[in-house]
Amino acid sequence: MIDWIERQRYIIDFTLSSLLRRKVKNFGLLALYTLIVFILASTMFFTYSIKKEASIILSESPEIIVQKLSAGRHDQFPLSQMETLKKIRGVAEVLPRLWGYYYEGGLGANYTLLVPPVTTNKNGIEETTDSITSVENKENAPDNPDKPLFQYNDTKLKPGTIIIGQGIARTRNSHVGDFMPFRAYDGSIVGFEIKGILSSESELVSSDLILISEQDFRSLFGIGNDFVTDVTVAVVNPHEVSTVASKIVNILPDSRPITREDILRTYESIFNWRGGMMIVIFSAAVLAFVIFAWDKASGLSAGERQEIGILKAIGWETSDVILMKFWEGAVISLTAFFSGAILAYIHVFFTGSLIFEPALKGWSVLYPHFVLTPFISVEQLATLFFITVIPYTVATIVPTWRAATIDPDSAMRHSGD
Amino acid sequence: MIELSKVRKVFNADNPNEFSALNGVSVKISQHQLTVLTGPSGSGKTTLLSIIGCMSRPTAGRVRLDGRVISSLPERFLTDIRRKTFGFIFQQPNLIKGLTVLENVMLPAYPLGESYSLLKAKAIFGLDSLGIANKANAKVEWLSGGEAQRASIARALINNPSIIIADEPTAHLDTNLSFRFMEIIENFKTEGKTVIISSHDPLVYNSSLVDRLIKLRDGQIEG
Repeated sequence: MIDWIERQRYIIDFTLSSLLRRKVKNFGLLALYTLIVFILASTMFFTYSIKKEASIILSESPEIIVQKLSAGRHDQFPLSQMETLKKIRGVAEVLPRLWGYYYEGGLGANYTLLVPPVTTNKNGIEETTDSITSVENKENAPDNPDKPLFQYNDTKLKPGTIIIGQGIARTRNSHVGDFMPFRAYDGSIVGFEIKGILSSESELVSSDLILISEQDFRSLFGIGNDFVTDVTVAVVNPHEVSTVASKIVNILPDSRPITREDILRTYESIFNWRGGMMIVIFSAAVLAFVIFAWDKASGLSAGERQEIGILKAIGWETSDVILMKFWEGAVISLTAFFSGAILAYIHVFFTGSLIFEPALKGWSVLYPHFVLTPFISVEQLATLFFITVIPYTVATIVPTWRAATIDPDSAMRHSGD
Repeated sequence: MIELSKVRKVFNADNPNEFSALNGVSVKISQHQLTVLTGPSGSGKTTLLSIIGCMSRPTAGRVRLDGRVISSLPERFLTDIRRKTFGFIFQQPNLIKGLTVLENVMLPAYPLGESYSLLKAKAIFGLDSLGIANKANAKVEWLSGGEAQRASIARALINNPSIIIADEPTAHLDTNLSFRFMEIIENFKTEGKTVIISSHDPLVYNSSLVDRLIKLRDGQIEG
């Protein structure tokens, strides 16, 4: 056993010195290899984490959203139909929502305006819910593991005031106390005072969000008091969401229920598509690497062939030579794999995917600035390992086996008569 | 005792460029002696040496080492015999560039897994006995021709072989270095090693150290 360990040590030692003897070639290969692993790992880490992040944040979103359709398009929802929804068996609560988009031509940015939900407290008084709480820099804000969709608290949203998302504050360079002008539906200009800025934790979904009072929302967009944008439906038994959704369609044929699962599926496909697109773009680089690596790994240079001949002539077995080349391939591919994966981890989770940001996050003016919580699945790393390390290591062994099985007297022939 | 009977070696068999290097060679080589194979270029000296040293197998015929038939052994066993029994000195030093003299000398013993300190001590001892211990940590590219050859001799001796095989060892040495080489061979004889050299250098085959001279021509033994 000790002999076996010593033998491995000698061969690894010789392998490392062999690699160092061909420094330029091997470092070039290592750099390129690391870059490929870095690109693949960055894309994988990013798409996986963002999907995970989105699913956690969206787990707080309504179970069903009901929209009214008119000629196949989203229309304003009549408040009178809320009572119809409340009567459906299995429905726990129906809440109206007022939200819309506002395009600011100057910045080329699109904002989402939302009236915070209103609930009735135990005294029968309607109040803005604070289950979605706390603004940025609020000292007593505890770390909420559930990560609300957006958070505000202490700041009372009164008519004439708004609370804006981090992306808007950054793009406009706006601060609390500033006034933000809007052009109303009738062409008049109205200004709202910024009372707060939404928390950075929820930025993935609140970057472009503006919270506004119901009164201001209706006057800005000219929406009558009998209509809302859509309604949310809470279901008593979470397993009955799809049953309730189909009942809603039956009772209100001109409505469209959207379940939380539908939204999650959309997110999944968007980020899968973006991740896939990145990989397609970089597949040319991957292909170039494969050709380079195959050439390097499979085509032994004359010097390497002669070296193998010498080793065999002085008493190395074919298996010793293959073991040496195996270690050579393993050292290069494992170094590249770990360096690439660690660099990708830093890139995605510490620099916010600086390099691939535009392609992966979208093309909006208001890029969400957020730090992803690191989520890495073992499955992902194993996949990456199998598509990078294994092919290279195998590619180095096959040609070596061919070269190492020739008669060792080639070393003598090389110099003999 | 090494015994060859009716050994033939054909290269590129069944091809238009088929070439027969040895044509039925039968010879016995005694232990503890210096045997020299001589003959013109292409006479089959190197081929015969490579078959004796288990570097290649004969196409036909048998090779016995101390009575045991070794010509039909699988590669793994052949390699084992080669590294424990034979030490090779090539026409070119065939040292691996980029490594130090010490590393080159230790190289044949790596697959055996000996302890490093023991192996290093053996290598230093070998280099010292050949007068180049001071070059142990030098890269082989920096050695002179004579030093490189002595380094390759030290490498051939690292596994303490009983048989030394040298293929045209003086081909690239000047007269002075060739005499130095023959002094080393004399020491091997004194130590009781069997030495087999192929050479067409008169300085070698006319040496008083030679016990037996085998002349080859066209793949056969003359006379």
